[in-house]
Amino acid sequence: MSGNDLVINAAGRAVPIHVNGKDQVPYQGVAAYEPAGTKRAPPIRSCKDYPESGDKRVPDLETALEKCGLSDGMVISSHHHLRNGDQVGLAALQAAATMGAKDLMWFPSASFPCHSPVIDLMDRGVVHHIEGSMNGPLGAYCSAGKMRGLGVLRSHGGRWQAIQDGEVKVDIAVIAAPTADPFGNSDGSHGPSACGSLGFALADSLYADHVIVVTDNLVEFPCIPWQIQGNNVDYVVEVESIGDPSKIVSGTTQITRSPDRLLIAEYVARFIRDAGIMRDGFSFQAGAGGIALAFVQFLKQMMHQAGVKARFVRGGSTQYLVDLLQEGLTDYILDGQTFDLAGVASIASDPRHVATSPFTSYNYHGKGNFASMVDASVLGATEVDLEFNANVNTHSDGILLHGIGGWQNCLFAGCSILAIPSFRDRIPVIVDEVTTMTGPGELIDVVVTERGIAINPKRQDLLDRVSDSDLPIRPIAEIKDEVEKIMGGKPEPARLTDNPVAVIKWVDGTVLDTVWQVED
Amino acid sequence: MPKKGSKNPVRRGEAGRRGDDVRSDIYVAVEIRGSGGLQIDLTSKVAAFYGGSIEETATRVLGELKVKHAAVEIDDRGALPFVVTARVEAAARRAGCDGKALPERTVAVQPTDRDRLRRSRLYLPGNEPKFFINAGLHQPDGVILDLEDSVHPDEKDAARTVVRNALRCVDFHRAERMVRINQLPLGLDDLDEIVPESPNLILIPKVENADQVREVGARIDKLHKTKDTPVWLMPIVESALGVENAFEVAQATESVVAITIGLEDYTADLGVPKTVEGNESLYARSRLANAAHAAGVQAIDSVFGDVGDEEGLRSWGSRSRSLGFEGMGCIHPRQIQPIHESFAPTEAEIEKALKIVAAFDDAEAKGLGVVSLGTRMVDPPVVLRAQRLVEQAKRAGLVDPEAAGSRGDK
Repeated sequence: MSGNDLVINAAGRAVPIHVNGKDQVPYQGVAAYEPAGTKRAPPIRSCKDYPESGDKRVPDLETALEKCGLSDGMVISSHHHLRNGDQVGLAALQAAATMGAKDLMWFPSASFPCHSPVIDLMDRGVVHHIEGSMNGPLGAYCSAGKMRGLGVLRSHGGRWQAIQDGEVKVDIAVIAAPTADPFGNSDGSHGPSACGSLGFALADSLYADHVIVVTDNLVEFPCIPWQIQGNNVDYVVEVESIGDPSKIVSGTTQITRSPDRLLIAEYVARFIRDAGIMRDGFSFQAGAGGIALAFVQFLKQMMHQAGVKARFVRGGSTQYLVDLLQEGLTDYILDGQTFDLAGVASIASDPRHVATSPFTSYNYHGKGNFASMVDASVLGATEVDLEFNANVNTHSDGILLHGIGGWQNCLFAGCSILAIPSFRDRIPVIVDEVTTMTGPGELIDVVVTERGIAINPKRQDLLDRVSDSDLPIRPIAEIKDEVEKIMGGKPEPARLTDNPVAVIKWVDGTVLDTVWQVED
Repeated sequence: MPKKGSKNPVRRGEAGRRGDDVRSDIYVAVEIRGSGGLQIDLTSKVAAFYGGSIEETATRVLGELKVKHAAVEIDDRGALPFVVTARVEAAARRAGCDGKALPERTVAVQPTDRDRLRRSRLYLPGNEPKFFINAGLHQPDGVILDLEDSVHPDEKDAARTVVRNALRCVDFHRAERMVRINQLPLGLDDLDEIVPESPNLILIPKVENADQVREVGARIDKLHKTKDTPVWLMPIVESALGVENAFEVAQATESVVAITIGLEDYTADLGVPKTVEGNESLYARSRLANAAHAAGVQAIDSVFGDVGDEEGLRSWGSRSRSLGFEGMGCIHPRQIQPIHESFAPTEAEIEKALKIVAAFDDAEAKGLGVVSLGTRMVDPPVVLRAQRLVEQAKRAGLVDPEAAGSRGDK
């Protein structure tokens, strides 16, 4: 791609103005872009074309794809609620390959190492490119410039927005369902491959032209409860197995044993307490990373000591959030995805543990969302710079490592906290300028490291509130200088080419940054 | 195993560790040659960021060791500079080179007080540098860079180099910098490498008599001339005989500031299992604590081995304090805070002590011979204990140093 196609956006980043043949809007600021028009709508269907018995079963995926009119260049979507145990996303693409399809766009809500064989499908021309998270071998493949189209990375909320706004038209959605009935009603909280919420598939079920449900636990109508409505489903395919349960949820989620990470987690909890965020009726969000889990344990002790109860907590749910619910420390869990067996059991049995979707939680082109109503979110990052801009997508050497997940969406919390080590081995985490900008610094309030806590100068209110605490509050530049001294100087900059391989979308669909091909 | 010494005609040496599970360490192999200059073959997890820096460092260290021609293989897993220099030096020395390549000193030597708080001392295995850099952040009263039991017998020389460099380059913040040397006579070789870098304190393992302590003291005096940064001694008694001789050990030299006990070896010597309750060592620990107080040094307890059992640790700590100990060892940073809390005087104790000290000061000011609190007379030993407790509470930050009018004579 030539340099003429690039423009500098409001974050000062060079971004392409065309991506995979579509015009793009460069990022204009956190809340500057004004959307217009109406939402996309799927074609109108009629009951006359579906069996009155409600039985939409077909023998296999190929039949279902054929009936959906699979053709070259189509957009096929799948979802990551089965995480690294998912067998459906790959099976759908491989079935399409068998049928001779070419140039497909794969649109997963996230990809995992189990999806690495998609590389082969890209090499063979079956898949043209991926719009979704890419990590491990897929990330390396994309970073090396081997994908024919540009990768497009979106947050969970941004994926809903892109589907809803018609930026991405899904031709065929393939939804893995741990339990379903022949009509297509589907749920994730029961069955041998139970995974909790199916929220990531909800947008596709509403907006895709065609919807296929794949299940390994077919029950007689009605499937109770249902999260996906069968009225949106075209075909149901029964298979032996939709996934490897051992990789879908973990038996128990382990808290980090690293003393440095535990120290960070303890600082986060103390910060939330000392800044007055921890009070009756408050709310917070924590993921399933080691530091986030440990932070919940520390905060739990503090909540017990202070006699404070949360109104709601947001998951990624785990045993640790379920404990809060069961010990009366929160009224509700609003759950985006479910990480362990305790979480799955809880969401299946406790009405106070509620499945949410990217629409309710994260979608920025809606009439509000839950993310901005959360008092504190605790997040990770691979890099953060002196302006508090942060990167979760690439390694410091520029290689794509992770998707965005709900990370961008969670920055809208009342206090967004990055809980990160100040360095990893010999790689500083606080840098002059992030390699890739996933989130603008004006939305990032606090960076908690083992060497101290840096508060964004834009948040004078937070600085004031902890001025009397004994927490190690320090300027971010001071921590950065200290770490660079330990590392033996600044790292050499990443060696990148001027060839874009992927773009990072902001929550409103504008292009925030570009991922560049790395040098060999 | 590494080939050591000039007896080996190949003159090859290797040091450090490699493998996918290795973090923040580096493997270096040096093969000395007759010609061809330095050929460095570098693989590094952080090659993109610090590849150049690692090659420069290796070249500089080898230059200082007068190595002009060598094939050097480096497999780096994100080692920090003080580790890179130590491993290159160790590999070259194992290939038969002499001399040292000291990294530039980046941390100042801070002297410590004889009576400073020594509630917690965090053990850091001497050949595991990845644990060093953040140890001080957990705020132990002391860190122990261990050359003894946590280091494999074949790695003593390599660990010594890492620990020596750490004393020059690693900021342990406010922690007292301690080194546990090996049992004598090997421990004397450790001193030669370590003492010039001014550690604050040397732990001497398996001490059974005063002569062993004096031997260490004499070697330190020879190596360390700067009297403004004293090198204190903490003998570790680890046998029945050592316990019997605890008083002479505690009194062995002026530099002894504390004595401690190693319960693994002690219970092995008795031939009894070590229990969580510790009844089998109650006599030994009581005797040691008594000897320490008789000699005017600190009594420091052993370690509590179960990192996951915080309640057990707290319980051990408070019983230990009640026996007269002032601190204990930690094998994990998460033990530090519970230990500090266990050895801290309670609020009620502090409040009472402050009242007694205030009454004493009041009596002194009025020239009265008798100290009284309300209607009760306070005996001089009670005053002394109160003064010590207030002093300890001040050092632990539990009492405002200005607020209480104690003269704390300890």
